[in-house]
Amino acid sequence: MTLTIDEVAKVALLARLRLSPEELQRFTGQLNSIVDFVAQLQALDTRDVEPLAHGIEVRNVFRDDVLGPALPREKALANAPQRNDEGFLVPAVLD
Amino acid sequence: MDFTRVTATGLLAQLNAGATTSVEVVRGYLDRADRLGRLNVFVHLEPEAALAQARVIDGKRRAGERLGPLAGVPVAIKDVLCVEGEPTTCGSRMLKNFRPPYDATVIARLKAAGAILFGKTNMDEFAMGSSTETSAYGPTLNPWDESRIPGGSSGGSAAAVAASLAPLALGSDTGGSIRQPATLCGITGLKPSYGRVSRYGLIAFASSLDQVGPFGHDLADIALLLGVIAGRDPMDSTSVDAPVPDYAATLDAPPDTLRIGLVREYFGEGLDPEIEAAIREAVRVYEAAGATTKEVSLPHAKYGIPAYYIVAPAECSSNLARYDGTIYGHRAEDFSPRSPGEEDLPPMIRMMMASRAEGFGAEVKRRIMLGTFALSAGYADQYYNQALKVRRLIRDDFDAAFKEVDVLLIPTSPTAAFKIGERIEDPLAMYLSDIYTITTNLAGIPGLSVPCGLTRSGLPIGMQLLAPAFAEENLLRTARVFERATDWHTRRPEIV
Repeated sequence: MTLTIDEVAKVALLARLRLSPEELQRFTGQLNSIVDFVAQLQALDTRDVEPLAHGIEVRNVFRDDVLGPALPREKALANAPQRNDEGFLVPAVLD
Repeated sequence: MDFTRVTATGLLAQLNAGATTSVEVVRGYLDRADRLGRLNVFVHLEPEAALAQARVIDGKRRAGERLGPLAGVPVAIKDVLCVEGEPTTCGSRMLKNFRPPYDATVIARLKAAGAILFGKTNMDEFAMGSSTETSAYGPTLNPWDESRIPGGSSGGSAAAVAASLAPLALGSDTGGSIRQPATLCGITGLKPSYGRVSRYGLIAFASSLDQVGPFGHDLADIALLLGVIAGRDPMDSTSVDAPVPDYAATLDAPPDTLRIGLVREYFGEGLDPEIEAAIREAVRVYEAAGATTKEVSLPHAKYGIPAYYIVAPAECSSNLARYDGTIYGHRAEDFSPRSPGEEDLPPMIRMMMASRAEGFGAEVKRRIMLGTFALSAGYADQYYNQALKVRRLIRDDFDAAFKEVDVLLIPTSPTAAFKIGERIEDPLAMYLSDIYTITTNLAGIPGLSVPCGLTRSGLPIGMQLLAPAFAEENLLRTARVFERATDWHTRRPEIV
């Protein structure tokens, strides 16, 4: 398959990446070579194969439902790009 | 002290005998780090912090207090591991000013063991790369030849040990990022089984593949460090509750059986003849030590790289979604619309898109794009789900091989260290650097890279031993058979 520049621009929006026109051009070429390369996987017949998400399959790991110490607010906010005394500040979401 | 001859095990003996102090050792390594600054091994190294830790340990040792298994030994830390309150950049502009609010579990274990945290080492950005060239802080140079890359992504940690800037280092391995740089820098490196070591506080790249592991000059040091970091952690539900053997204590016991598998698919096209010759010589060393060898097949091995380059980017695109300029990491100051169409986007979305555009480098963006594509509506079944099915076929191949043999002996890297700049413009060529390492991550099994030669031009060659999941103890003992019979692990680069 061949990804067009418009399709790559749509992926960039989904990925929340602002790409310059040059980057878009370059990534379209590179992504197409990589997608062509990985397309060899389609050649395998996997009809009866179960997908494997982890090499070591660990199931149902539970812990007791007890409250442990939480990160103190000041520590949680310490790396915020923008903040006030009690929360993270972001651009307006609603008009 | 001749630091180029130091191993952690030897250092501990000297410290315990009172022949030296941790402060003296740390001063020596700091002096070397100063002199070899041009290698660009450390992205952060605070002399006073290292000396302060050493003073505490020296005090305890003098007072006869009970000491941990690494008391006073410097360990260099790949900058992918969170250290509370210390810069942790992951090789990225995105985390330039990030100071984690907690320690990774492996860091907490090192501290409890008395280790000296000796700097944060350079790496490919978010551990994505095979050369350390994608780091936002410039490439690390290979101590054996400064015009060449040290491998990656844990290139800083491998170069730290190779250049004797620390006797031990921690790295992380998602597709070969410990074993390939260990090989290219002429040292020993282990990717443990998935779940052997906690990933809590390891900055996530591909969570089903990532694993923390040790670098050292020899197997005794690898066994020592693995023993400290291995084990179940309630903070990582994928860490496995299996007993942790005393790897260092059993290292010299010969393996009960020594059946070595040679993988048919891994000898041939693309493998440098000098490296193939070194691996064949290693096989002879094992045969002389009484091993039986057998050719085995991993029929789906050739699908390892394509499967990996769906699975890893898919997980990366999800994991790295957290870097959006809101909670921590870089936020763009100017996110006003730039191209047509952007003015229709809400300011919050534009802020995220601009922050990520400024914070991430090209390789990280490429993988996020690839993963987002592979998971997107209409393509997920064709790409992602198919890759997961192939992943099972790859693991089944290993299961079948390990019914016949105890370990597999294969190359680690198809070539010795390549030149800086040689592959950076060609992503696919770079991805093929990991052809021999990548399937072990998909299958979850351990892989150990051990030095086994030098090229005619004097560059290190390594071999890889693979074992079934959680068979690290036998893997190390098997490698020890080779180490006893050879002296490749004692070679050091000339610059130091």
